Amino acid sequence: MAGVPIDLQLLNLCAALLLLLSFAMLAQRRIVNLVNLLALQGALLLCATLLLAWRTGQAHLYVSALLTLALKVLFLPWLLHRLIRRLQVYWDSEPLLNIPVTMLAGLAVVVFAFGLAQPISALGSTATRNSIGIALAVVLLSFITMITRRKAMSQVVGFLSMENGLFFGAMSATYGMPMVVEFGVALDVLVAVLVLGVFFFQIREQFDSLDLQHLEKLREEAAAAGGGGNTSGGDN
Amino acid sequence: MIPLIHSPLSACLTLLAAWGLLGLAGLLRPRSLRLAGRTLFPLGALCGVALALVALLALFSPVEQRTLLLGLPDLPMHMRLDPLASVFLFLLGIVSAGISVFAAGYFRRGPGTPPGLLCLQYHLFLASMGLVLLADDAYTFMVAWEVMALSSYFLVTTQHALAEIRRAGFIYLLIAHLGATCVLLSFGVMQGGSWQFTFDAMRAAHLTAPWASAAFLLALAGFGAKAGLAPLHVWLPEAHPAAPSPVSALMSGVMLKTAVYGMLRVSFDLLGHPQWWWGLVPLALGLFTALFGAVFAAVQTDMKRLLAWSSIENLGIIFGALGLALVFRESGMLALASLALIALLYHSLNHACIKSLLFLGTGAVLHSTGERSLGRLGGLIHRMPWVAWLTLIGALALSGLPPLNGFISEWLLLQAFLFAHEVPRPFVNMLLPLGAALLALAAALAAYVMVKFFGVTFLGQPREAALARARDAGILERIGLVWLALACLALALLPTQIITALRPVLMELGGVAVSGTSPWWLLAPVPGRQVSYAPLVFLLVIVMTVLVTALAMRLFYHHRTRLARAWDCGFGALTARMQDTAEGFGQPIRHIFSSFFMMTRELPSPFDRSPHYRVVVHDRIWQTLYLPLTSVVQRATDSVAWLQRGRIAAYLLYSFVTLVVLLALML
Amino acid sequence: MTPMALITQLLQIVSALAAAPLFIGWVNQCRAWLGNRSAPSVWLPYRSLRKLFHKEAVIAEGASPLFRVTPYVVFGAMTLAAAIIPSMGTRLPLTLAADAIALVGLLATARVFQSLAAIDIGTAFGTLGARREMMVGFLAEPALLMVIFVASLISATTALPAIAESLATRSFGLYPSLAFTAVAFTMVLLAENARIPIDNPATHLELTMIHEAQLLEYSARHLALMEWAAALKLFNYACIGFALFVPWGVSTRAGGPAALFASIPLLALKLMVAGAALAVIETVSAKLRVFRAPEFLGFAFVFAVLGLLVHLLLGA
Repeated sequence: MAGVPIDLQLLNLCAALLLLLSFAMLAQRRIVNLVNLLALQGALLLCATLLLAWRTGQAHLYVSALLTLALKVLFLPWLLHRLIRRLQVYWDSEPLLNIPVTMLAGLAVVVFAFGLAQPISALGSTATRNSIGIALAVVLLSFITMITRRKAMSQVVGFLSMENGLFFGAMSATYGMPMVVEFGVALDVLVAVLVLGVFFFQIREQFDSLDLQHLEKLREEAAAAGGGGNTSGGDN
Repeated sequence: MIPLIHSPLSACLTLLAAWGLLGLAGLLRPRSLRLAGRTLFPLGALCGVALALVALLALFSPVEQRTLLLGLPDLPMHMRLDPLASVFLFLLGIVSAGISVFAAGYFRRGPGTPPGLLCLQYHLFLASMGLVLLADDAYTFMVAWEVMALSSYFLVTTQHALAEIRRAGFIYLLIAHLGATCVLLSFGVMQGGSWQFTFDAMRAAHLTAPWASAAFLLALAGFGAKAGLAPLHVWLPEAHPAAPSPVSALMSGVMLKTAVYGMLRVSFDLLGHPQWWWGLVPLALGLFTALFGAVFAAVQTDMKRLLAWSSIENLGIIFGALGLALVFRESGMLALASLALIALLYHSLNHACIKSLLFLGTGAVLHSTGERSLGRLGGLIHRMPWVAWLTLIGALALSGLPPLNGFISEWLLLQAFLFAHEVPRPFVNMLLPLGAALLALAAALAAYVMVKFFGVTFLGQPREAALARARDAGILERIGLVWLALACLALALLPTQIITALRPVLMELGGVAVSGTSPWWLLAPVPGRQVSYAPLVFLLVIVMTVLVTALAMRLFYHHRTRLARAWDCGFGALTARMQDTAEGFGQPIRHIFSSFFMMTRELPSPFDRSPHYRVVVHDRIWQTLYLPLTSVVQRATDSVAWLQRGRIAAYLLYSFVTLVVLLALML
Repeated sequence: MTPMALITQLLQIVSALAAAPLFIGWVNQCRAWLGNRSAPSVWLPYRSLRKLFHKEAVIAEGASPLFRVTPYVVFGAMTLAAAIIPSMGTRLPLTLAADAIALVGLLATARVFQSLAAIDIGTAFGTLGARREMMVGFLAEPALLMVIFVASLISATTALPAIAESLATRSFGLYPSLAFTAVAFTMVLLAENARIPIDNPATHLELTMIHEAQLLEYSARHLALMEWAAALKLFNYACIGFALFVPWGVSTRAGGPAALFASIPLLALKLMVAGAALAVIETVSAKLRVFRAPEFLGFAFVFAVLGLLVHLLLGA
C-alpha cells in the first residue's frame, strides 16, 4: 500500500466508502436518512470522478463530474426530499426480511461480487480495476435494498443507488462511458425519477399509501373483476 | 516385564487385555457393588495411567508393527503403534483414568444394568477404543469399531426401562451403523483392487482421482457420523444425556476423538493422491457444525443435553481445523498445515479433558439432587463447593478464556486462519478468512453457553427446596474431578512442552516441526512472525495484580464487611423463582437465531388462572431431512411388503426361484 | 528486558490506572456541556472512588466467594490489558505474554467473571444484567476480533506493538479496509462500554440497563474496584482504537526517553478528542431498545467482515 500513489489510495478509499454507504442504506429504516445517504453517495462519486479526471487528465470526466454534482448531489436529493415532505412519508414500514438476515445476504452478495470481479479485474488495464468488484457489489446491494423494501419511495432510492454503482463500475473499468451514453443515462434517470414522482402522487391518491402491497392486491382484484376497472382496487 | 518396556506396543496390548480381564472379573459377582465399583474401576484407572505413560514413551519411539495370530484363519490381526496413535492412546489413558476413578464412586444400587455387567461393558468399551487406535488393518479396525459402538450402546441404555432412553439408544445405534457402513465402504475403495485390507496395502494402493475422492467423502461421512458432524449429529444430544454420566464423559471425551483419529489416519496417512478441494468440505461442514452446535447449546434446558450440543460445536471446530490443515497441505504450505494440525490435536486433548470434567460435574450434581433440568437447580456452589469450583475451571476453559487451555487451541487455529488468504487459489483465498469470523462467533457463543451452564446450576439461590439436602461429591468422585482439572491446568500452562511433544506426529503426517527455539515459557509457533503467548506470565500478572490490590485494600483502608439481605434495588418481594431460568437465559439467542429453530411455544393468556409458559426448541434437521427420509424408506418398504404373504408355500417358492436363477446363471 | 522497556511498561500501567477515571470525568463533562447542563468536575470520579473505598462493604447473605473475588479479577484483567496495549510506547515486555487475540480473550474473561458474579446473588436484576451482558458480548467479541484480524493482516502479525509500529511507521497509507473496521470498532466500543445506543451509563432504569444491573449488589471497595475497572475498560478501548487507527506518536523501539515523554501529551490530546467525540455520538443518538442491540452489533460484525473482504480485494 505504501508504494501506491496517494490519489489512487484516495480512489480506493472512495470505493470502500461507497460500499459502506450501500450497506448503511441496506440497514436504514428512515426514508429521509436513505435520501441523505444517497446524496452522500453522489458526493463520493463526485470525488472519485474528480480524482480520476485529475489522474488521467481526461476532459470528459470533468464534464461527467459536473453532471454528477448537478444531478446526483443536488437536484435528485432535493426533489426526493420535496416529495417526502409533500407525501408525508418519513418512515418505511418493517422491511420484508429482518435486517440481520438482509445483512447476511448482503455479505454473501459481496463475496460473490468480489469473486466474480477477480478474473475481470485481472483482464483490465486501468489503475482502478480493483474497484470493479466494489462497483458490482454496490449494484447488487442496491438490488437487495429494492427487493426488501415495501415503500415505493425506498425503491426509487435503491434504483438511483444502483445507477451510481453502474456509473462507478464503468469509471473504474474503462475510465468512464462515452459522453453521449453518459448524457443519455443521466437524462433517463432524470425522466424516470420525474415520472415516478408523478406516479407516487397518483398511487397515493388511489390508495392513501405508498405501500406497494396495495399494488400487489390490484392483480388479484383485477382478475376477480374479470379484468375490469383497475380503479376499484383501493376501496378497502 | 522387561520385554514390555522395550516394546510399547506389547505393553499397550497387555494393558488393553487387562481392561478386558477386569471387565470379565466383574461377572464373577455381578450384583456386588463393592467388587465392581470399589475394586475393579480403580484398577481400571491404574491401567489408564499406565497406558498414558506407555503412550508417552511410544511417542518418542520408532514405529512398531506386529501381527497377532488371533482372529479368523488367514486373517491375522495387524497392530501398529505410531506417534499419531500414541497421542490418542495418551488421551484415552489420561481421560479414562479420571473417569474410572470417578465411576468407582459413582455407580450406586438401583434399577438398570447390574454393576458387574456394567463393569464388563465399560471396560470392553475402553479396550475397544484402544484397539481402534492400534489397528493396522481394516478388519481389526472395523471389529474394534463395532465393539466400541455396541458396548457404548449397552452403556447408553443402562436405564433401559425408560422408553425415551431406548429411543435414544436406537437412534445412536442406527447412526453408528450408518457411519460404520460408510467407513467400511471407504476401506473397500481404498484397497484399490489389491484386495489386501492391511493399512500398508492401502498406503501403497494407486487410486484414480474420482475413487480417491469417493473414499475421502465416504470416510468423512462415516467418521463425521461418529463425531456428530451436521447433519449426522442427531444421535449425540439424545445419547449423551441418556447414558450415565461417566459414560457420557467417556463418549464425549474419548469416543468422539476416535472419529477424529480415523479421519486423520485416512486423510493424512492412508489416502494418497489428494485433491485440492478435499479440505474445503470438512472445513465448511465443521465450521457450520460449530456455529450450529453453539447456538443449540445456548437454548438447552437440560444440563447434559447442553454439554452434548457443546460437544458437537467443539468437534465442528476440530473438523474445521482438519479441513484447514488439508487445504494448507495441498497448497504446499507445510508449516501452516502443521500449525493447523497442532491446533487440531491440542483442541482434541483440551476437549477430552474439559468435557469429561464437565460431564462428571453434572454427574455429581445429578447424583446429589436427582435433577438434570437446569430450571430446578441453582445455588449449588454453597452445597457442593468441590464440584462447583472444579466445574468452574472446566466451564472457563471451554469458554476459550485465557489463561486456560481452551484458549490455546483457538488461538493456534486463529493464527492459522490469519494466513489462509495466502492460499494460491482465487476466490477460495477470499472465503477462507471468513472461517475465522465463524470460528470467532462460535467461540464467543461458547462463553455464553458456559455462563448459562455454570451460572444457572451453581450460582444464585436454589430454585427448589429439595436442593438444600444436596451433598458434595464423595472422595473417589473428587479425585476423578481433580485429576481432570489438573490435566486441564497442565494443558493450559505448558503449551510449549506439549507442542514440542507433538512434533513426532507432525513429522509422521508430513508436516514440519513448528519452531522450538523460544524459551520454555513462551509459545511462539509461527516462525518469522513476532507472535507469542505466555500463559504462565499471563496468569502470574493477573494473580499478582489481584494480590497487590487486595493487600493495598487491607493496608490503606479498613476492611469492614457486613452481611445483609440482598439489596435488589430495595424491592423486597423477589423470590428464587424470579431468577432467570435456563429458558430465560437462552431467550436472546432464541430471538437472534430464530431462523435456526423450530419452536413450539405455549404462551399464557392474560386471563389464565394458572399461567403456564412452555417453549420447546426442535432441530430443523429432523423435519427437513430425517422425517422425509423415513417416510421414503417407509414407502419403499411398504411397496415390497406384498412379498411377505405369511404363507410357507410362498417363502418356499422364493427359495426355489432363487435356486433356479442361480443355477441358470451358472450355466 | 532493558531498563527503558521496564520504565515504559511501568509508566504505562501507572498512567492508565491514574488517568482512566479522569477520562470518564472528561467524557461526562462533555456530555453535560452538550446537553446544556452545568458540568460536574472532571475530578468527580476520583472523589466517588475515594468515598467508596472508605465505606463499609455490605455483602448479600447468599454471596459465594466468587462474588467477592470477581472485583479483583476484573480489575486485574483490565490492568493487564492496559499493560499490553501500546498506548505510549511499543517496547512493552508484557506484550510477549499476550497478543491481540489474547487481549480479546482477556476482555472476555473479565466479562464472564462479571456476569457470573451478577448471577451469584440470585436476584432478577442481576441475572437480567448478566444475560444482556453476555448477549452484547457474544456479538461484540467476534466483531472486535475481526477488527483486529484486519489490522493483523495489514501488518502480518497479531502482536500489538508490531501492529502499532507497522501502522505508525509506514509512509502515508490510506487503508479502505480500516474505514470499515473503524466504524465497526466504534460500534463495539459503544456497546462494550455501556454507552448510549446500547446502554445508558447515567440511568438505573431497570428495564433498559445492562452494566449497572450487574453491579447492583456491590458496595464500597468492591463497587469502587468495579467502577475503576469500567473506567479502565473504556480507557483501554480508546487506546486500542488509537493503536489501530491513529498510531502516530507512539514511541517505538528506535525512539529514546524523549520519544516516550513526547508521547504522553500526544496521548492526552488523543484522549481529549476521543472523549469529546464519544460525548457527541452519545448526545446525538437515541438509546436503542434492547432487541435492537443484536442488530446494532450484527452491523458491527458485518462491517468488520466487510473490512476483511475489502482488504483482500484491494490488497490494502
